[in-house]
Formats: sequence, structure tokens, C-alpha cells
Amino acid sequence: MRTPGGPDAAAGDVLLSVANVSLAFGGVKAVSDVSFDIRKGEIRAIIGPNGAGKTSMLNIINGFYHPQQGVINFKGETRSKMRPHDAAHGGIARTFQNVALFRGMTALDNIMVGRTLKMHKNLFWQLLRHGPAMTEEVEHRRRVEEIIDFLKIQEIRRTPVGRLPYGLQKRVELGRALAMEPELLLLDEPMAGMNMEEKEDMSRFVLDVNEHYGTTIALIEHDMGVVMDLSDRVVVLDHGIKIADGTPDEVKKNQAVIDAYLGVAH
Amino acid sequence: MDLLYKIFFDPFVQMGAAPDLLVQTLWEGLVAGVLYALIALGFVLIFKASGVFNFAQGIMVVFAALTLVGLHERGVPAYIALGLTIVVMFGLAVAIERVMLRPLVNQPDIILFMATFGLTYFLIGFGQLVFGGESKVMIANQLGLPRGAYDIKMLGGFVSFQKIDIAAAVIASLMVAALAVFFQKTRIGRALRAVADSHKAALSVGISLEQIWIVVWFAAGLVALTTGIMWGARSEVSFALEVIALKALPVLILGGFTSIPGAIVGGVIIGVGEKIGEFYWGPLFGSGIETWLAYVIALIFLLFRPQGLFGERLIERI
Repeated sequence: MRTPGGPDAAAGDVLLSVANVSLAFGGVKAVSDVSFDIRKGEIRAIIGPNGAGKTSMLNIINGFYHPQQGVINFKGETRSKMRPHDAAHGGIARTFQNVALFRGMTALDNIMVGRTLKMHKNLFWQLLRHGPAMTEEVEHRRRVEEIIDFLKIQEIRRTPVGRLPYGLQKRVELGRALAMEPELLLLDEPMAGMNMEEKEDMSRFVLDVNEHYGTTIALIEHDMGVVMDLSDRVVVLDHGIKIADGTPDEVKKNQAVIDAYLGVAH
Repeated sequence: MDLLYKIFFDPFVQMGAAPDLLVQTLWEGLVAGVLYALIALGFVLIFKASGVFNFAQGIMVVFAALTLVGLHERGVPAYIALGLTIVVMFGLAVAIERVMLRPLVNQPDIILFMATFGLTYFLIGFGQLVFGGESKVMIANQLGLPRGAYDIKMLGGFVSFQKIDIAAAVIASLMVAALAVFFQKTRIGRALRAVADSHKAALSVGISLEQIWIVVWFAAGLVALTTGIMWGARSEVSFALEVIALKALPVLILGGFTSIPGAIVGGVIIGVGEKIGEFYWGPLFGSGIETWLAYVIALIFLLFRPQGLFGERLIERI
């Protein structure tokens, strides 16, 4: 069990909050009137049965979906919707439930793409591969190599990612998100489809990212053991409604959560 | 027996007997190939960045050339007309992004492909409305493109090298080199490839789809303009030029839809293959094989290397 609060969470500063957010696709309500916050430096889990609206929630946070109601507050700025570009600029990075990598590119290039927003030198110098652009490119390569070392994927850096096994693809995807040096990292089922050993590795990476880089993490995960071990606080959704919010211990004892997961006798 | 002799033996005897003719044929094939490659390049750009086969590339060539000549006809000096045409191609890229691509984000590729058909017919209509339907003469001289030929004595005869062909080959090579570096090594180049692979992943790292699409359609527009000038200078500027786009298909199949060097190599193989085939084997079929030989070469290639010579070989996991 992780000590609640993490390194910086004790300060209790809210990094991002959503208030009364609702999202519907036609008649289907994906998210209804959900409010919660994510504090600086914590690991926040979003759990719930299938179709609970977890991924929709992440998509709202990084601007893929625009909620019909409610507001999002990120770093003190309140808005009715995020845009993907603003989210990325503001320091929100994410991974996807069904790995979304640039399949034709190598692991190294995939992670380099994560540096896109950090590169500013003009195109002319980049084309000549000379002068300030070269210095910049070298600096970015150094950062990317650090991430590659951190994730222990040195030996596959030149492999086109389409050929990698699933577990490694997930790691490359995490690497690309880390390359953005995010303040808030959204992980959509980072351990889905992994075996025990891969799950342990991934858990270790998540904790290390949180501790070493001080990155705030919001993750969706189905493996309850993992969630309870990793997270500082858990928010539980069911059918698009928030049914519980609190520390892992509190959530575990919550009757509504138990009912949602195990079903309830009518 | 006689037929086998004519297919497998006689052409090579002819090649040996008149090496100067062989060199001339090779050179002409090379130049045709470079020009095919230029067209193919326009397709590759858009395909690399959006995974869509841009049916409108052929008409963009015509439209760019027409704009250039049309402006000059209205009294604009050649170089200023060239500058203005580049501005027009940029405007076209912005308009395409706004009106056509933006509403179709995340739609299946086939929808985007159909949209490029719409674009084709729009450009045909718009071009005819503004510049009229009759064919025009490319302002090659006013743009400072060389005329005449070098006749070089070699191998017991004369081989003639048209200066405009040499210029075309040089310009095409420079363009390919610049684009290859652009795609492989620059930030925007990487972003372009990223967008082609996954819209949502590209968005999540903060790549702006709007910016990327304008860049890539503008680049394709510039390639179209260059192609238009070169092809226009060799024949004339008319809407019939649009069908040369179909020649790009076998080139793309050979070179791979995603490879810039592949477009050049594929273009040269098709160009040289066509000319040599026509000159030495053509008489066997009563000539005129140039029109279909390229497709046969491409078909044979498809059997053995479906991803093309340089295409990215993707392995699908299922």
C-alpha cells in the first residue's frame, strides 16, 4: 500500500478539476454531472465497470470530447472545453486504451514526435541540419535517450513500432507521453492485456515517473490490485455517474462500489 | 522459333549495332521518368501525410500552369506571375484545409479520397471559368528556361540532349533531395508522418492538424507548379495534361506510395522501360505499346513486391 498523498500531494493544490460535467452522444449519456479534482503530484485513479464513462472522462480532459455542460479548470483557468492543442501546450500528455502509435516510425522517432512542441528553431536551419537547429536536435535527442534508458527500451529504439509486441508498444507510448515533459499524465488502461511481469514493470514505471519527475498522474485501470497499490485517491464511475470518491481504503468499503462491481440483488 | 528470335535476340543485336541510338533512347526514357517522378512526388506528399490518394493532383498541375500563363497573358511580368502563382497555390492549400479537410477529420480514408474527386471537378470548372478552356503556350523562355540542345558526338553517331530536359532533371533532383530531408529530419516532417499514422495520437502530442495539412497541400501545390512548368514547356498547357496523372499510378506502385526516393526510382524505371520497350519491342506489337507497358510493368511488380521498392512494410497484427 502506497502512503496516501504522495510526495507533493500533501500541499493539496488542485491541478485540474471538472465541475458538473455532462456529455451525451445523441441519447446515450456517457457522463452525467460528474465533479472531481486532481491534486498536484498525486496518482489519481478513475475506475468503474465497462461503459462507466472513464475513457470519455479522459477524452474530455485532453479535449477530444467537448462536454455539453460543466466546466474544466486547469491550472487556475476555467473553460467550458479543452482543445487537444491547448491541452498539450498546457502540459497534459496521454496514452490510449488501444495503443495509438505512429506505426511506420521507429520507437526513437515516435518518442521524438513527443518533443514536437518543445522544438522551436526554424525550418531553414533544420533543413540544412546545421547551426542552432543541430544544437537543438542534439539536445532533444539527449532527452529522448534519457527516456529510452528510463523505460529500458534501448535495444528496440530503431525498430518500427508496428513490429513490437504489445507490452513494448505500451512502453513506447508512455515514452512519447513522457517526452512532452507533462505536468499531468493521463494513462488509459496502461496495463490492459499484460501479463503479471509486464504489469509489475509498468507499475514501477508509473511510480517512478510520479516520484522522480513529480508528474501528476490520472489513470484508468481494471486491475483492482494495481489500482489499490498505486493510487492516492480513487474516483468511481458507474453508468456515467460518480458513485464514490476517496482513498483506496474508503472506496473499497463503499457499498455503492461493491454493488456496482458485484451486482446487487433486486 | 522466328518469334522467339525476335523477342529474345533481335532487339539486343540492334542495341549492339547502334549504341548511339540506345543512349538516345535511354536518355529520353530517363527524362520522361524524371517528369513522371515529379507527378508521383505530388501524390506521395499527400499520401505520406494523410494516407489519402489525391485524385486531384493531375488537375492541380494544370491549374498551377494555367494560373501562371493566364497571369502572364494579362500583362504580369513572368517572375512576378510566378510569385503570384505560388501565393495562389498557398491560398488553395488554405482553402482546401478549411472547406474540405477540416469537416472530414477522423473520417475513413475513402471519404477523403472521394472528396479529392470533388476537388478535381471544382478545379476544372473554376479553371475554365477564369482562364478559358483553350490550350496555351508555357512561358518557358520568359522564365529563363534554356532552349536548344547539345548534340554530342559519341559511339559513332550523335546523341542529342535537350537543354530543357537537363534543366528538368536537375530541378527534379533538387526537389526530391530537399523533400527527403524535410520529411526525415525536420520537426514538421516528423509531424507530417505522425499525422498520417494516427490523427488522435498526433493531436495528443500537440500537433496541429490544420497547420500540417496546409503545409503538405502547399508543398504538393509547389510540386504541381514545377511539374506544370516542365510538362507545359515540352507540350502545351491544356486540360488534357490532367491525364498524365494516371501515369503516376504505375510509378507509385513501383516506388511505394510512401517513399520520396521511390517516386524517383520508380519514375525512371517506368520512363526508361517504356522508351526501350517501345523502340525495340514495339514493332513486334505494331507499335504504340508505350501507352500500356507501364501498367504491365507495375502489375508484374505487384505480384512480387506489393509494398513497392521502398514502401514501408507494415505488418498487421490481428
